[in-house]
Amino acid sequence: MAVATTTANIYVRVRVIVIRLTSTVDVKMEYIDNLPSMDLMRSEKMMFAQLIIPVESAHRAVSYLGQLGLLQFRDLNDDKSPFQRTFVNQVKRCAEMSRKLRFLKDQINKAGLLPSPHSISQPDIELEELEVQLAEHEHELIETNANSEKLQQTYNELLEFQMVLQKGGDFLVPSGNHSAAQETELDENVHTNNNDADTASLLEQEMQPGSANQSGVKFISGIICKSKVLRFERMLFRTTRGNMLFNQAPADAQILDHVSNEMVIVEKTVFVVFFSGEQARTKILKICEAFGANCYAVPEDTTKRRQITREVLSRLSELEITLEAGLRHRDAALTSAGFHLTKWMDMVRREKAIFDTLNMLNFDVTKKCLVGEGWCPVFAKDKIQEALQRATFDSNSQVGIIFHVMDSIELPPTYFRTNNLTNAYQEIVDAYGVAKYQEANPAVYTIVTFPFLFAVMFGDWGHGICLLLGALFLIAREKKFGSQKLGSFMEMLFGGRYILLMMSLFSIYCGLIYNEFFSVPFHIFGQSAYKCRDATCSSHTVALCLSRNSDARSIGLVKDRDTYPFGVDPSWRGSRSELPFLNSLKMKMSILFGVAQMNLGIILSYFNARYFNNSIDIKYQFLPQMIFLNGLFGYLSLLIIIKWCTGSQADLYHVMIYMFLSPFEDLRENQLFRGQGVLQALKFLQVVLLLLAFVAVPWMLFPKPFILKRLHTERFQGRTYGILGTSEMYNDEQSDSARQPHNEEFNFSEVFVHQMIHSIEFVLGAVSNTASYLRLWALSLAHSELSTVFYEKVLLLAWGYDNVIIRLVGLAVFTFATAFILLMMESLSAFLHALRLHWVEFQNKFYHGDGYKFRPFSFAALTDDDE
Amino acid sequence: MYGFEALTFNVHGGYLEAIVRGYHSGLLTAADYNNLCQCETLDDIKMHLSATEYGSYLQNEPSPLHTTTIVEKCTLKLVDEYKHMLTQATEPLSTFLEYITYGHMIDNVVLIVTGTLHERDVQELLEKCHPLGMFDSIATLAVAQNMRELYRLVLVDTPLAPYFSECITSEDLDDMNIEIMRNTLYKAYLEDFYRFCQKLGGATAEIMSDLLAFEADRRAVNISINSIGTELTRDDRRKLYSNFGLLYPYGHEELAVCEDIDQVRAAMEKYPPYQSIFTKLSYGESQMLDKAFYEEEVKRLCLAFEQQFHYGVFFAYMRLREQEIRNLMWISECVAQNQKSRVHDSVVFIF
Repeated sequence: MAVATTTANIYVRVRVIVIRLTSTVDVKMEYIDNLPSMDLMRSEKMMFAQLIIPVESAHRAVSYLGQLGLLQFRDLNDDKSPFQRTFVNQVKRCAEMSRKLRFLKDQINKAGLLPSPHSISQPDIELEELEVQLAEHEHELIETNANSEKLQQTYNELLEFQMVLQKGGDFLVPSGNHSAAQETELDENVHTNNNDADTASLLEQEMQPGSANQSGVKFISGIICKSKVLRFERMLFRTTRGNMLFNQAPADAQILDHVSNEMVIVEKTVFVVFFSGEQARTKILKICEAFGANCYAVPEDTTKRRQITREVLSRLSELEITLEAGLRHRDAALTSAGFHLTKWMDMVRREKAIFDTLNMLNFDVTKKCLVGEGWCPVFAKDKIQEALQRATFDSNSQVGIIFHVMDSIELPPTYFRTNNLTNAYQEIVDAYGVAKYQEANPAVYTIVTFPFLFAVMFGDWGHGICLLLGALFLIAREKKFGSQKLGSFMEMLFGGRYILLMMSLFSIYCGLIYNEFFSVPFHIFGQSAYKCRDATCSSHTVALCLSRNSDARSIGLVKDRDTYPFGVDPSWRGSRSELPFLNSLKMKMSILFGVAQMNLGIILSYFNARYFNNSIDIKYQFLPQMIFLNGLFGYLSLLIIIKWCTGSQADLYHVMIYMFLSPFEDLRENQLFRGQGVLQALKFLQVVLLLLAFVAVPWMLFPKPFILKRLHTERFQGRTYGILGTSEMYNDEQSDSARQPHNEEFNFSEVFVHQMIHSIEFVLGAVSNTASYLRLWALSLAHSELSTVFYEKVLLLAWGYDNVIIRLVGLAVFTFATAFILLMMESLSAFLHALRLHWVEFQNKFYHGDGYKFRPFSFAALTDDDE
Repeated sequence: MYGFEALTFNVHGGYLEAIVRGYHSGLLTAADYNNLCQCETLDDIKMHLSATEYGSYLQNEPSPLHTTTIVEKCTLKLVDEYKHMLTQATEPLSTFLEYITYGHMIDNVVLIVTGTLHERDVQELLEKCHPLGMFDSIATLAVAQNMRELYRLVLVDTPLAPYFSECITSEDLDDMNIEIMRNTLYKAYLEDFYRFCQKLGGATAEIMSDLLAFEADRRAVNISINSIGTELTRDDRRKLYSNFGLLYPYGHEELAVCEDIDQVRAAMEKYPPYQSIFTKLSYGESQMLDKAFYEEEVKRLCLAFEQQFHYGVFFAYMRLREQEIRNLMWISECVAQNQKSRVHDSVVFIF
């Protein structure tokens, strides 16, 4: 439905454009002026308003205005830094609250709970209440987290202890039988051998003496991160000068560790270091500390060890239960907070925006009212006043809010009311430059011309259908895609979905005219007008005839029927004269489109000048420009159409070139018309056009700066005093070029140079821009040739083999080439070229694009930023 | 090849140079400093910084802020940027980037050793270390009793090992020793860095030799001033000066014999680039010398950005950011201690 109505809209607009184009007669001007105004033709009328809001209703008023989203506040405290403003404390509170919300969200995500998307409908709570609630939530969470962390810590320690007992015990088992270890000189070979040999030799040595010696080999056992083990061992070796024995075993259980404020599962290794001497002990303990290794004392006695192990295990199971309970408690708290999270975040974001806006307002002298200034569209005046009244009423204020319109010397912002379809086109135009206030908006014309020029370059109804399917998919999923976050590429595609739709429709249309379907011609609109010279083959198989019969290639086909009713006759495909025919057609067509679009641009400059009451621009810019462009290239277009209608064989290059070189000579065989009288008239016309074009150049160059200068001197004649700053107020109504002289001094040379650049640009541009439109032909040719290559050299070639695999491979290559090269790359390049034609060739004829966008204070625009 | 960096520099260094120039444009501006100096509380500072590139690092800090948190978070940003560049870098840029951190490494070693000498807690000391100068076994420094052990146990694994060749003694560590060790290490480091830059050649050598020479000269002046009135002999003092820079060798001879600050000044004023620094100070004053040197350094560092296709910008950027963090620390301290009149004393503007 939306598509239907928008296309209907476009239809209306196109009709209006057509009417605008055709009506140059003065009588019709009134008719145009009386047309109902269209919201997209020129930007909305804006007004500068002042609000005087009593303090007690300010918050509510601003929040209502935010819901309305139609007023752009001006920052009246520009000179103040953010923390010197009035409501800085509230802004800080909001920032603090959003920090707490982020913390909550973070915790919820970490706990693996999903914040419920649809929040429970809850009565609106006040900001203060929310602040208290949030503080409670945060406090509770931090406390539970700290508690569970403490528990986790003890749990971890116990777990580690258990590991050490279990693994370290294994190392001690053989030596555990002896009550104490011996002081032994550890040989060098202990460390050169591997670990098993070490323990073996150590044990042997221990067993030999038998008697107990109290100052014996001591050991330290503990647990350390697996990644640090190597360095740890090396360091131990260095400090003890090799007088130690290092045993290690990986811990089985995964232990949570406290790494940079987060619990991470770390693989750990149990170690036991044997050493001798008290000094070594302190050193080793220091190293353990430095490496973050936790040391646990393991009793050498087996029975004692068993007993401790049992104790540890029982405590572990106890702790597990406590931990579990703590976790459940936290999850419950988080889920309850999660229900309202999205709503709260939204609310805080809005509050912050309100206070940011309030910070833009000024206190008046009495300190009882806030004064705000801003832009709003004229149509929104009533709505804003209504919202303000509502705010006064709802906040039980004694004094109403005063809303009055003021004059401003600033240029108002540009605001277009767009819908889904027009928005994308407006974006295309805005990417070049935002329209000056009330300037003619090229987006209106772009809606039709952009997809059309694209399609001229991308004319293939097979490819068009593929694009159409893609566009329809995007539009059908509009609701779903619109609500979720897409990747940057998808987002671009989704934003341009209506452009894509229009482009695909137009390229189906152009494809039908070119008669191309993946470069295959079809007989859709009847039979071909041509048949073979050879009578044996029927007219249906002209293509067959072309491929088989060299006769048809060299001499050509015979015409035996009426012209093919729509588009290009399918028989041209593959014939000898296919390229010359299509090239000539597309080239001439491109020039026609180009001249038409550039004329539209110049005519729009006329409407701009008329709208801003600038008769100088009409007389000394619009008229000579029209004459110059149409005297040369308009004439060429006319000749092209005449040639098409009459079927003449005259060479238009020749005609155009000799029009300049020798306008009085005879054209000999390159005559478009027969008959002496017509020829004389034509020659006369050519000479006149040439003269007009030559006159047009100084016409657009010289008069305007001189007239501006005269106007300026007339206006300021006899004035010896400079104008006061405030008197600029009434200049606002006048047009841009008329305003220039007011800027204190009239700099003639600057104006003149500016005009010179403008004129030269136009004169050279007339030639180069027309030539630039030939890209339509070039890209269209490239597209059809590429698709021919993929079709004939890949698909048909593979199909020629009788092998299924080759056919499949051929089909796959063809599909990929079609999808990626033709549908993606080619459409992108055609898109870019269409973009260029609009930005440069079309818009430089009339578009200033030096305005700024209307950015109203609106809650709707808030939601997607932040994050 | 000298002078042809423009041809090949961008193959490996182009991306990172663009990155670092982007970072450079994110430095706080004059307007930012102006606003920061007007702040009343640390929250104001946080609020202002949230509009700058530090925003994302500070936004999740709960409200009663401390100066240390601000500095910590700002440093974290620098470290993140450094790590990003380091992971993207290829040789020889990666080595160059690593060289930048060695200075911090030396400072950290000295910090830990001094700390353990005064029996501070190692964890507490580790928190004070600059994160750019961290290495794996830094915590084990506490075990060492003398220079030889220090070297043999820990530093032999670090890039600092070659710099130690001159200061391996079996003497027990004390404050004086450590200070000498720091300066010896720093000397060796600067000379090594200087040689490395010369090896790289081209604009890098040209610009870095200027920056490093300034650094060496500044250290020479500082050593001279600090060693006045200590038991350090002239020869020992002479040994701590780096063997390059504008002052090398004749300036060093003069500095080595200085007995008070005015003699240092007289020695330095013979060198035109340093004359301007000393003319700003009144006689007998050394308090403002640091700031004057910092200002001069910032000026030189900013000039490094005027030229393209060299590694000096990385060094300059890191230094400028560090200066910015020092500025922020000073401003935050002044704001926190209600000493706003002194806020301009130590802030070096970077433009």
